[in-house]
Amino acid sequence: MGKTIAEKIFDSHQVDAPYPGTTVLRLDAVFCHEITTPTAITDLMARGKDRVFDPAKVKAVIDHVSPAKDSKTAEQGKVLRDWAHRHDIKDFFDIGRNGVCHAIFPEQGFVRPGYTIIMGDSHTCTHGAFGAFAAGVGTTDLEVGILKGVCAFKPPKTMKFELVGKLPEGVYAKDIILFLIGKIGVNGATNMIMEFTGPVIDAMGMDSRMTVCNMAIEAGATCGICNPDATTVDYLWPFIKMDFASKKDALAAYAAIASDSDAQYEKVCKFDLSSLEPMATFDYRPDNVKPVRELAGATVDQVYIGSCTNGRIEDLRIAAAVLKGAKIHARVRGILSPATPQIYRQALDEGLIAIFMDAGFCVTNPTCGACLGMSNGVLAPKEVCASTTNRNFYGRMGKGGMVHLMSPATAAATALAGCITNSVLYKGGK
Amino acid sequence: MKTFGGKVLFLDRADINTDEIIPAKYLTEITKEAMKPHLLEDLKLEGFDRRRDIAGKRVVVTRENFGCGSSREHAPWAFEVNDITAVIAPSFARIFRQNMYNCGMLALELPAATIEHLFKAYAGKETTMSIDVTGGAIRVETAGVSETIQFSLQGFDAALVQAGGWLEYADSNY
Ligand code: SF4
Repeated sequence: MGKTIAEKIFDSHQVDAPYPGTTVLRLDAVFCHEITTPTAITDLMARGKDRVFDPAKVKAVIDHVSPAKDSKTAEQGKVLRDWAHRHDIKDFFDIGRNGVCHAIFPEQGFVRPGYTIIMGDSHTCTHGAFGAFAAGVGTTDLEVGILKGVCAFKPPKTMKFELVGKLPEGVYAKDIILFLIGKIGVNGATNMIMEFTGPVIDAMGMDSRMTVCNMAIEAGATCGICNPDATTVDYLWPFIKMDFASKKDALAAYAAIASDSDAQYEKVCKFDLSSLEPMATFDYRPDNVKPVRELAGATVDQVYIGSCTNGRIEDLRIAAAVLKGAKIHARVRGILSPATPQIYRQALDEGLIAIFMDAGFCVTNPTCGACLGMSNGVLAPKEVCASTTNRNFYGRMGKGGMVHLMSPATAAATALAGCITNSVLYKGGK
Repeated sequence: MKTFGGKVLFLDRADINTDEIIPAKYLTEITKEAMKPHLLEDLKLEGFDRRRDIAGKRVVVTRENFGCGSSREHAPWAFEVNDITAVIAPSFARIFRQNMYNCGMLALELPAATIEHLFKAYAGKETTMSIDVTGGAIRVETAGVSETIQFSLQGFDAALVQAGGWLEYADSNY
């Protein structure tokens, strides 16, 4: 019988199976940021266990609140910074070099097909786009990961999503994942892995695949995952060219990790996306999803483009194509946060930043900031934000505020119109 | 091992998320104690009054998919510093559930019908539960009424509760 990619990764990383239904895995990487790691560090210190299993496998970034906004966030940054230096963690990204964790770590080549990765952050599922098993964990799991390089999981049950057809104009990765979450619900994939396959995924670049995997957690999934292919190899080539004689060799090695055609799935869902419309959320749950058409006209106070979901170069290009030559609505505050310095630089070089600024956007440094209501664009009570982020929980972007999740194209069009709008109406500047 | 049981807080809504349990803005706090006044601060639930309803409670009974959303262990900590060490629901979000056991606390799954019965028979009344972890029994009591509900805590979950948490367990095993 064949195996899924997740089963193969579990098989190759198992160090213990202490009880039925519990597998302890060896970790290839532990990612850290300044919100959830300092508590782990201080606890390890208090226990007299301030050690790191392998400094080369631990990567850290200050991204959630950067620059620090007050003494408390400065202290969090300091705890992480001091720890990284103390343990000689070379891959530590401080201000000037820092970006949103789930954008910068893949960009630096830290994610590889077949890897096991944990981080004290629920959107760690993003890295499954590369064919890795990557899961968000709490502080205690993180502590054990840092100290021992292991983490315990339930056996990997996988739901397969076969996505076929051709996406219509104005419909993007974000619309797909919102649509799927709307279909299966916030609890639809709890304790499961969502494997995304089919021609629609095959045709996607890595940026889009990361967008899709990023929101797997919003359906309760442990991880989103895409099988590695030539697109994965192309993206990773600068980092793996020392390991393989050719791209073909790399592809062959990674193909061995991919799911077998006769693998067993918990469930298989097939969707033809040829007539999918742009989607957005309403209310306070990520599975409250409707076509943009049905929400059109709802006014917004702020438009936020950024985050680990949609702050990558492809997203900026898509939004800029909508904004080019136009001005955002006088009532709307537009905020763009490119997810990493490299993305920022590239957007500058391509003239995208100028388009955003001409349209009236404020361009911030790379940071999570407003996505979790911490800095750089927090909402006032009763304010509404059209956002490319991943969570619309009550108060997520500021106490009493409400968030509509949508694609960068829809967000850009919404910024121009001042109310939720389909981007197709604006294509080519209007 | 922690102690479990005492007065019960009923939260009659599914999908209560971690942002509702402890809003992100408090994640800049470094101590667990700092979470104490903010437990369930953003909970959207009619009739719930945080100031009135949390004090003195030691067990939460709630609905499906409790703790969905972020990975923050601040959510279990916010319960822990309020002396609530057990949450009982038909199902939990994976990370929240694991975080509870990793802290040596209980996230007990009972059948939806049993939870429904608990709500019908006990919600809105002064109810207490004594929880016997090794015996797998919950004694539920309110004025004049009582019953015992069985549960089974096995394998890894039981080992973590016994050890007092995952760090303790991992430290002695790996
Ligand atoms: S951008 Fe938002 S969702 Fe992504 S890691 Fe940062 S806070 Fe979390």
